[in-house]
Amino acid sequence: MKALSQKRRHPLAVIALLLMGLLITGGLYAVATTVNEAKASTTTYSTSDVEEGGKLFAANCATCHGMGASGSQDGPSLVGVGAAAVDFQVGTGRMPMQMNGPQALKKPAQFNDEQTRELAAYVASLGAGPAIPDESLLDGKGDAAKGGELFRTNCAMCHNAAAAGGALTRGKFAPALADVSGKHIYEAMVTGPQNMPVFSDSNITPEGKRDIVTFLKQIETTGSPGGADLGSLGPVAEGLFVWVAGLGVIIAFTIWLTSRTS
Amino acid sequence: MSAASPAEPAFVAKTKTGRFTDFVDARVGGSGILREFGRKVFPDHWSFMFGEVALYSFVILLLSGTFLTFFFDPSMAETHYDGSYVPLKGVEMSVAYSSSLDISFDIRGGLFMRQVHHWAALLFVASIAVHMLRVFFTGAFRKPREMNWVVGSVLLILAMAAGFTGYSLPDDLLSGNGLRIIDGVIKSIPVVGTYISFFLFGGEFPGTAIISRLYMLHILLVPALILLMIVLHLFMVVVHKHTQYPGPGRNDNNVVGYPLGPVYAAKAGGFFFIVFGVLALMAGFFTINPIWNYGPYDPSPVSAGTQPDWYIGFVDGALRLMPGTFGDWHVEQTWLGFVFTFNVLLPALVPAGILFTVMFMYPWIERWITKDDREHHVLDRPRNAPTRTAIGVAGFVWYCVMWAAAGSDLIATHFHVSLNDVTYWLRALFFVGPIIAFIVTKRVALALQRKDREIALHGRETGRIVRLPHGEFIEVHAPLDEYKRYKLVGFESPQVLPAVPNEHGVVTRKEKRRAFLSRWFFEDRVAPATPAELEAAHGHGHAAVEAPEEAKSLSH
Repeated sequence: MKALSQKRRHPLAVIALLLMGLLITGGLYAVATTVNEAKASTTTYSTSDVEEGGKLFAANCATCHGMGASGSQDGPSLVGVGAAAVDFQVGTGRMPMQMNGPQALKKPAQFNDEQTRELAAYVASLGAGPAIPDESLLDGKGDAAKGGELFRTNCAMCHNAAAAGGALTRGKFAPALADVSGKHIYEAMVTGPQNMPVFSDSNITPEGKRDIVTFLKQIETTGSPGGADLGSLGPVAEGLFVWVAGLGVIIAFTIWLTSRTS
Repeated sequence: MSAASPAEPAFVAKTKTGRFTDFVDARVGGSGILREFGRKVFPDHWSFMFGEVALYSFVILLLSGTFLTFFFDPSMAETHYDGSYVPLKGVEMSVAYSSSLDISFDIRGGLFMRQVHHWAALLFVASIAVHMLRVFFTGAFRKPREMNWVVGSVLLILAMAAGFTGYSLPDDLLSGNGLRIIDGVIKSIPVVGTYISFFLFGGEFPGTAIISRLYMLHILLVPALILLMIVLHLFMVVVHKHTQYPGPGRNDNNVVGYPLGPVYAAKAGGFFFIVFGVLALMAGFFTINPIWNYGPYDPSPVSAGTQPDWYIGFVDGALRLMPGTFGDWHVEQTWLGFVFTFNVLLPALVPAGILFTVMFMYPWIERWITKDDREHHVLDRPRNAPTRTAIGVAGFVWYCVMWAAAGSDLIATHFHVSLNDVTYWLRALFFVGPIIAFIVTKRVALALQRKDREIALHGRETGRIVRLPHGEFIEVHAPLDEYKRYKLVGFESPQVLPAVPNEHGVVTRKEKRRAFLSRWFFEDRVAPATPAELEAAHGHGHAAVEAPEEAKSLSH
């Protein structure tokens, strides 16, 4: 300590301090940002997975995404999108895309689980990106009430408060979330597919995402306490129902009541 | 009594019940009232029963609403939910929302009653709307019923007010969003808008007062006004007597139908329970306003698919249709440092203003054009008043375009079309739709009148082809019986009333305008078949077998 205090008036001391300050800030920033982006795959992929994935990619995806997934005018580069993006897009059947349109539609998955895993391994090997979430985040044992609050604040404006889906501009839409697996919901949040924004871990913590998944699974299993939910679409469905079914039945009765006269 | 008429001793009932009844009757005159009302004649037609549906829905609203007031707490104080609905446990919310959730989940029968109340509210306004359409299209608003048409229109507005104040009470996200839109509309009123908003909400939106204020309006003022208007409405129905459809033996001086007691009273009483039953089944099997889905109100989130209940939908739709800019010109303008939000003010107030103004004024508009000061108790068949029917359908289509616009997002997602395209189409239909509807409806009405005339003159086509001795084939037309024919020929068909000079011999500009409208109303006209025409058509009693040339050519 004595040596240090003796040298504190050294002409280079200011520079040394500045350097130290910069190093600490930069280091902290680097750590903070890697929490979101450079999360290395928690699942380990073997070399053969990557190789097989590469072959599948060249045969099925490279037409649009380019050789080596570097992108083309028909599709974006996939370097750094991570395994989670592949698992979501391929696992829900959105990729390979059937045709160009406002938005890739969900359809029966074209690849089985093994092939999807290999494709994910290949894309993950191209650059660090969000990994497939750990099972512990998807167990549906989080706080449903907290998840509900997060859902209403961050998701309901597109997906509807009851997760029944909603319209976006020019033919795009936010899909209904019933029957979507917790894994795919989580992956959608971290990768932001299509028109959906990315909800990074600094925006909604992994714990918060777990709560959202819990909330969605909870309302799905609870069902509708008040009877048939008419699509959970709100007052439009209710209005249509009262005009068509409600008034329709009433009119049938009025005709019956007056049918025996005149 | 006995002293006045010693020959007839005072009536003394034999049984105890009889004496008791007589005692009461002698003091309230019940039998007189019953005799008068029991003999009141009502014509029978299914389309006459929508007003009844509205009345019964209102009774059901009072019953179920009273139940709800026992448990609802209109306080905006903050609390943490501690009921049995897990996905909201521990969430911070207002007491109003919390008590609504308790009604739904922790009070026996509460959810059912809430759903009965809400479905009944939707049916209440819907049946009023259908009732008014029936009254309009059959011309039942004509003298002497213009005032009752106005009372009915006031009832429609009150019903909408009752619905909207009730919709906002649970303080869930959906109702809060609805209030926010109303707040925005109020604030868009130039100069006084912000003041009104601050008075209404007791400060900046949402404040802590609005729920209890709306509650007072919803359970006290609005229902009281509705009740008053219903009394006026029914009183005038009794005074005017009920209208009837045209038919043999029916005219403007009589009412053909059944007396109220006992058949009609029994039917009406039974119908109340049918309406109640239908609503109870709907409430039991179909959820309405699942407030637990929406969560507590918080000004930041807005859910997709946020719409008002159907009767406010047309205003919401108009707001959705209004563009914010025309090219580079912004509809929102800043003049003298004040912002004028015309992109909210115009769509929120103008279409509704036009719709309600025309609705209130229509009986007088038509009266002015036709100069018709006679009483009308026999209704028009809609086809026999082609221009009026066309105006009604045009207005209806205009309303429906705005109504559809309120569900534009759901149209887009369910039919897989672009939301923008839906909006563009509806914007075009907003202007073109009523015009097309007017033209098409008028032509259809005139065509139906021609068909009626044809059938009246030449009978109904039987589909039986007969070969005459000289080789000609004709189709046999069966003549109508007198009763059916009366319906086809017994109607008024007003003609154009040209402008007439006033007492100074001057044709005023107003009179010219009236004459112009009269021509627009009545120049396209299919005259009802006259007795002479009928006589000519039916020839020598062989009906259409020996029908004149015209009939034969039509039968090919």
